[in-house]
Amino acid sequence: MTTAVVTGLGVVAPNGLGTEDFWKATLDGRDGIGQITRFDPAPYAAKRAGEVLDFDSSEHISVRLLPQTDISTRFALAAADWALVDAEVKPSAHIDYDMSVVTSNAFGGFEFTHRELRKLWSKGPEHVSVYESFAWFYAVNTGQISIRHGMRGPSKALVAEQAGGLDAIGHARRTIRQGVGLVVTGGVDSALDPWGWAAQLSGGRVSATAYQPFDVNASGYIPGEGGAILVVEELAAARRRGTGQVYGAITGYASTFDPAPGSSRPPALRRAIELALADAGLTPTQVDVVFADAAGDSALDLQEAEALSAVFGPSGVPVTAPKALTGRLYSGGGPLDVVAALLSIRDSVIPATANVDEVPADYRIDLVRGEPRYQTVSHALVLARGKWGFNAAIVISALGD
Amino acid sequence: MSSRIVITGIGVRAPGASGTKEFWDLLSSGRTATRRISFFDPSPYRSQVAGECDFDPESEGLSAREIRRMDRATQFAVACADDAIVDSGLEVNRLDPHRVGVSLGSAVAASTSLDVEYQILSDAGRRWTVSPEYLSPHMFDYLTPGVMPAELAWRIGAEGPVTMVSNGCTSGLDAVGNAVQVIRDGAADIMLAGATDTPITPIVVACFDAIKATTTYNNDPEHASRPFDASRNGFVLAEGSAMFVLETLEHATNRGAHIYAEVSGYATRSNAYHMTGLKKDGREMAEAIGAALAEARKNPEDLDYINAHGSGTKQNDWHETAALKRSLGLHAYETPVSSIKSMVGHSLGAIGSVEIAASLLAIENNVVPPTANLHEADPECDLDYVPVTARERRVDTVLSVGSGFGGFQSAIVLNRPGGTR
Repeated sequence: MTTAVVTGLGVVAPNGLGTEDFWKATLDGRDGIGQITRFDPAPYAAKRAGEVLDFDSSEHISVRLLPQTDISTRFALAAADWALVDAEVKPSAHIDYDMSVVTSNAFGGFEFTHRELRKLWSKGPEHVSVYESFAWFYAVNTGQISIRHGMRGPSKALVAEQAGGLDAIGHARRTIRQGVGLVVTGGVDSALDPWGWAAQLSGGRVSATAYQPFDVNASGYIPGEGGAILVVEELAAARRRGTGQVYGAITGYASTFDPAPGSSRPPALRRAIELALADAGLTPTQVDVVFADAAGDSALDLQEAEALSAVFGPSGVPVTAPKALTGRLYSGGGPLDVVAALLSIRDSVIPATANVDEVPADYRIDLVRGEPRYQTVSHALVLARGKWGFNAAIVISALGD
Repeated sequence: MSSRIVITGIGVRAPGASGTKEFWDLLSSGRTATRRISFFDPSPYRSQVAGECDFDPESEGLSAREIRRMDRATQFAVACADDAIVDSGLEVNRLDPHRVGVSLGSAVAASTSLDVEYQILSDAGRRWTVSPEYLSPHMFDYLTPGVMPAELAWRIGAEGPVTMVSNGCTSGLDAVGNAVQVIRDGAADIMLAGATDTPITPIVVACFDAIKATTTYNNDPEHASRPFDASRNGFVLAEGSAMFVLETLEHATNRGAHIYAEVSGYATRSNAYHMTGLKKDGREMAEAIGAALAEARKNPEDLDYINAHGSGTKQNDWHETAALKRSLGLHAYETPVSSIKSMVGHSLGAIGSVEIAASLLAIENNVVPPTANLHEADPECDLDYVPVTARERRVDTVLSVGSGFGGFQSAIVLNRPGGTR
């Protein structure tokens, strides 16, 4: 069996631009959440978000490409660039069909489309941008990354709300197994324009106060923007090109879907965890940390806690949710957690979950709080759940000798 | 590892067709179902023609609540899914939910609802800051279309892998290709797969106007979609959906199901060239075709019919013709090629699945559907495009290809099970 390994990371997160800035902020407990600056949020019930404030598009995106791209695509292109640089991959040195792009996207170029809809309805159809047809759709980041780096292998764009980013990485591993040498994968989202914001609030799970996953006072989540892009390679191919760096291997993946609302059947998260562990050939005791989905909603948090204690036993594994510092990033959330998991393996440290004062006793989870926990991490489980019932689980492992 | 995957159920909604039988009647008779846009006043738009469906959600059996909740594209997919399940003969409540999944394709998802909601919230674009008090409770469902495959999963009780593949205009091929891979990976035994798009809404019409991709034959809507014809001047936007039941050959055989075809090969490549432009050489589409044939263990001479992307833009028709020659050699000239977009238009992400439905029915009926409105081929398009009239011939193996924004080029090979002559 081929081994899919991660050799490059690119991060655009509300609490850090670039992998090391994000990781330092995460370990220091520094958040990227604040009052929205991009428009006046006064009319809205919730006013706080995880904005990426220090990204200067003109530094990363050519003058030609700027008018063609939504902010989310600019994030994705920059993150892909950084991931390739980090992996020391020169795409021109690879066979074009041996490189693929698999990204997830929940919103497409939403702010871009908001502007074009406004032109359409206030000025007329002839004012709609020539770029609207391809700046909006969900495949935009996959397409733009493939063009920028000349990647012509089998590529995809997947959508599954917050779970989609892990699905993309799972599909990247499948693509590697089918014989492609290198896949650029992950997810990035942004919809922090007034309409996108209103639409996010309509989902009914956004907190007006704070994102406190697994806390007794959990009141919903704070949305954020950004995400992460990873370079995944087949191990032997990576070694052949002389890679100096392997963050870890993608050893397990599974996705499941919850029963229809009102069904008496059990939720499917536990099964996703068990399938992913089985896929990785691991027993629960071998897992050193779980990066939880951490919905920040008491019913969903309890459901996740129950799935974890069912698999790992009560408080049987350290659980953490660094996303309390960034907000939920939709398709970007899972990949950013995978980055954190890989860095936990690298640095032997589990970051803490912020904003949690008291975990209900019946959750029976060992939530890492306060200070990071220094310990060896060989296998990490990353979970992501998408609205409507998507569950995805990925196992990340240190590379053995 | 290479388990054989077959299609045992079809559901389709297309312009002029509220079901599989009407769809095949339309295609085999060579009639067209494109018309002047009636959903809104098209007069301010450059292209005023579309392939609209006379779709009535109530008579499709959707409840009032479902109709309020679901975007039109979701309603289409649900109607097709219901048909596909019935057609397959599967009793869904007797299946193991853990082993059933959904792979739905769509390019622009809830574009209809987004357009409508935007007008309400923004007072027709007068304000940048939208009014939350007028927000639809379903707005989040339109913001991100994960709800679309979710609705299908709930309907059939699927608890296995569920996802949306959104690869622009090849989504309909890629969603089915993805389903095949999911079954081969052992993650499911049965997949409901297909695609849906209902993009006949002002913002989508306007964005294709802006790049002059759509036709301007506004005075002749029935004859506006003219793939490969010298007079073609763009594609005709359309809506539609097709859904399929996929399962292993063994599973289908054991339950005595009718098998339409085996999905024996699938491949996709990207051109890494331009988000909307195509190079004339067809290199990447040819590569996808070659890879799909290799996976299917078929040679060019095995193909009985090629279901073309055939959008009716000049650049596509040149690109595709070159790709067929590049991948099939002289056999490109000897194999019938046709574009059903000439009859039902181009329903973006859905059309790949609608075209798979057409390909399955070509195998079922041993008839090649024609390219309507093709009277004088572009001199650079010199293959056998089956002009105007359907052709009876033995059809065991079909290649269906797609090409889309973002540079995606996909190919799928379908063949009659055991149909090697």
